[in-house]
Formats: sequence, C-alpha cells, structure tokens
Amino acid sequence: MALERRQHLLLPVRGGIIVASFACALLLNFLPWANATLAPDFVALTLAFWCVRQPRRVGLATGWALGLLVDAGDGVLLGQHALAYSALAFAAIALSRRIQWFDLPAQMLHVLLLLEGAQAVALCVRLATGAEFPGWSLFAGPAIATLLWPLLSWLLLLPQRRPAALDERRTL
Amino acid sequence: MEHTPPPFFVRGPAPLVRLAFFASLSLTLLVLDARFGYAESIRTVLALVAYPIQQAARLPVLLAEGVAGYFGAQSRLREENEALRARLLEASLDAQRYESAAAEVASLRRLIGAAELLDRKSIPAEILYAGRDPYARKVVVDRGTQHGVRQGSPVVDQSGIVGQLTRAHAFVSEVTLLTDKGQAVPVQVLRNGLRAIAFGDGASGLLELRYMAANVDVESGDLLVTSGLDGTYPPGLPVASVVRVERDASSTFARVLAQPTAGVERGRYALVLSPGTRLPDYPDAAADKKGAKSRRPRKPAADGS
Repeated sequence: MALERRQHLLLPVRGGIIVASFACALLLNFLPWANATLAPDFVALTLAFWCVRQPRRVGLATGWALGLLVDAGDGVLLGQHALAYSALAFAAIALSRRIQWFDLPAQMLHVLLLLEGAQAVALCVRLATGAEFPGWSLFAGPAIATLLWPLLSWLLLLPQRRPAALDERRTL
Repeated sequence: MEHTPPPFFVRGPAPLVRLAFFASLSLTLLVLDARFGYAESIRTVLALVAYPIQQAARLPVLLAEGVAGYFGAQSRLREENEALRARLLEASLDAQRYESAAAEVASLRRLIGAAELLDRKSIPAEILYAGRDPYARKVVVDRGTQHGVRQGSPVVDQSGIVGQLTRAHAFVSEVTLLTDKGQAVPVQVLRNGLRAIAFGDGASGLLELRYMAANVDVESGDLLVTSGLDGTYPPGLPVASVVRVERDASSTFARVLAQPTAGVERGRYALVLSPGTRLPDYPDAAADKKGAKSRRPRKPAADGS
C-alpha cells in the first residue's frame, strides 16, 4: 500500500540541506517564545526526521553536538539536551526502517512517542538535580511539535523531489 | 587484519555502543556542571557559538516591534511625554531631599564610626526574553561581562528587587528571578524589623517565608524589604508584600506567602547593581573567603593558586 502511494524516487540528499535545516531549527528554537513549555522543540523534530530518513548521515554524534548547543543557548544544565537528543537519535535510527512504511498519521504516532521520550529523559535529568516538576503541560510541547511533522517532512523532502514533468519528457 | 570487512560495509561501532558512549559523555558533563561547576569554560565557548543564532532569532521580533512603534500614535507619545515630565519633576524633588538626607546620614555614620554605605554602581539593562527552560524562572538581559556586569549582582527595577544575575556571558546574562525555587533573599518586615528569608515559590509567582514560627508577628499587607545581611543585596529595597498568612495548629511553622513588588514577570527594563560588599569575614572563615556570598568557593581558590 505504502509502495503504491510513493510514486517517484527521491534524489540523494545534499549535505548542505541537512546543515541548513538544523540551522533553521536552532533559529526557531531560540525565538523568544512566550510560553516555554508549549513551544515545540524544532531541533528535536528535525533531528528525528533526518535520523529516520538518513540514519547513516545523521546520528547520535549530531544529536549530541546539537544538544550541547541548545543547552548553552538556553542556559540549562550542560548535557541535559545532549543526553535527550542522543537517546532520541538512537530510538529514531532504530525505528527508521519501520516508520517509513507507515502513512502520515501512523508516522506521527511514532514521532510523538520519540519526542515525548526525549522530553521524559530531560525531565528525569532535571528532577534528579533537584528541580520541581513544572506540570503536565510539559508534554504538550512535543505533541504540538508532532503536529508539525507532515509540514516538516514535506518541506525537507522538497529539494529531493525531481520535477514530475522531467519523467514524462524522458525518452529512455 | 585480513578478516576485516571491505570498507563499504563498515558502519562504525554498533548503535547501542554509540548510545552508551554519548550517554556517558552527557552524564559526565551533567555531573561536572551540576555538582562541581567545572563545565563553565565549555559553556562559555558554546554560548559564543550560539550567540549569533540567538541574535538572528531576535531579528523578526525586533522588526515587528519597530513596525508597531512606527505606527504608534503620536498623541499617545505626547501624553506619555507629559506624564514622564511631571514624574521627573516629582522625582527631582525627591532626589534633592534624598541627597540632603544621604549627606546627613553619611555624616552621622562617620560620627558613630560605622562603615559608610557603599554607593553602588548600576548598569541599566533591557530584558530580552524569558528563558526557554520550563524548570527554572530566568530571563536574559542584554548586558554581559563586556559591559561590566558581574555574576552575583542583584537586579532591581523601579519598584523593587527582580532577581539575581546568576550567569554572565560575554554579551548577555541570565537573571534568576525572585520567584525561582532556588532563589533566596534575606528580608526584613518593615513594620517590626523581623528578619526572615524569602524563597521563590515557583510557578505560583509568589515568595514564601520559610521557617517562621506559627505565632510569628506577620500580617497580610506587611511590606518586606531586603535586610542586606548577605552582603549581596543592598539593605532597604522593597522585595514583596505579604498576601497570605496560614497558621495551622498541626504545623510548627506558619506558611507566609508574599507577592513581589517589582514587575518580576512583566518588566522590560532593569538595573544591574554592582555586587560590592564591605561585610567583614566570618570569624571562623578561612582567610581566603572574601565574605561575599559565593556559590562556588572552589573557583577563586583554583584561580589564586
């Protein structure tokens, strides 16, 4: 079923696109959000996307380095996001072959699980270092981020789609 | 050697091994940062890398503000100008009175041989955005070590204490608000001089006076000012006003909640005071302890040796 739906092959991904997407995600993360608990974590979402799509190019090292950057930028404990993102990258790579077989709603269910898991790792870290529990709205952020998954996957796969008209004109 | 697979099959270490490696690396950093505070140099470098991205992220907000400000009604500006002028007049009157009073107090203090009150330097700062950390109450201000602010400085606004500058980067700094769970201010009840410590109460946006006896003389409406006992906050600055006192017969302590007087969660501008202190050393303290409330006594010692 999924194979019927996916009609054309994708071009190989360019490294520049991956780097640019992570830069944009960091930018969106550092926007001055009014409510920090509801703001979606764009870096986690983008990381999950590339780990699912390109598990050989984007992995735990990328996640860890991005996590450190986010830690320093947000002024939280150094290593909190690094740990959460490494775990997220690991789970996303483990699930990468599975997720791509599903249609969008089922994919989003997987992604929701991944993002909530990463949030739970960060929560454990903070609770272990003596922070108070900021309330269950903490888990609303990943849910909102999950809703952005279809938009993100359409946007990030755009450069890899070859124009349909090219196929029709091809003589072969 | 000859049994290694051809290079196009090599995929590096197994994913689980990688996870273990990066997780242990993260945990090491976490422990170093949270327990010992050794990770500050790494953080400084990373913060410098993140700084341009953060600045770029502020651009759309600045643009929107600029456009909104451009179309702001001129009449509103004029009204505001007049109101400000009237307030300036009042304030200058008060300032003159304050000057004479300060001179009088200084001469009296010299008379009794007390330490002169330090005239603290203050650096105005703009609050850029609230911190993205849902576990702590922090804001980021646009002054850093390059502008002369130092870690540990108290931060005030026009109506009282806002918080304390807990981490100074090169160009920006993080200010922990009074309402943060880990933030404590030594206060005094203005009405009767009773000393207490006000702790942040987290999400409620209130402060709590802990360890107050059940029959303590605190009423709702009492103004709390800094006592200055810690040498960090200058004495006499308004901190909060008591909103609720719960006395429970089953508990040894009264639960006293207070509302901060300053715009802790809303203000736009703040003053960063210099953390100058002239408190003498504790009698039993080691010679290297400077009396200032330093969170990490390890650091100066390591620098000095």
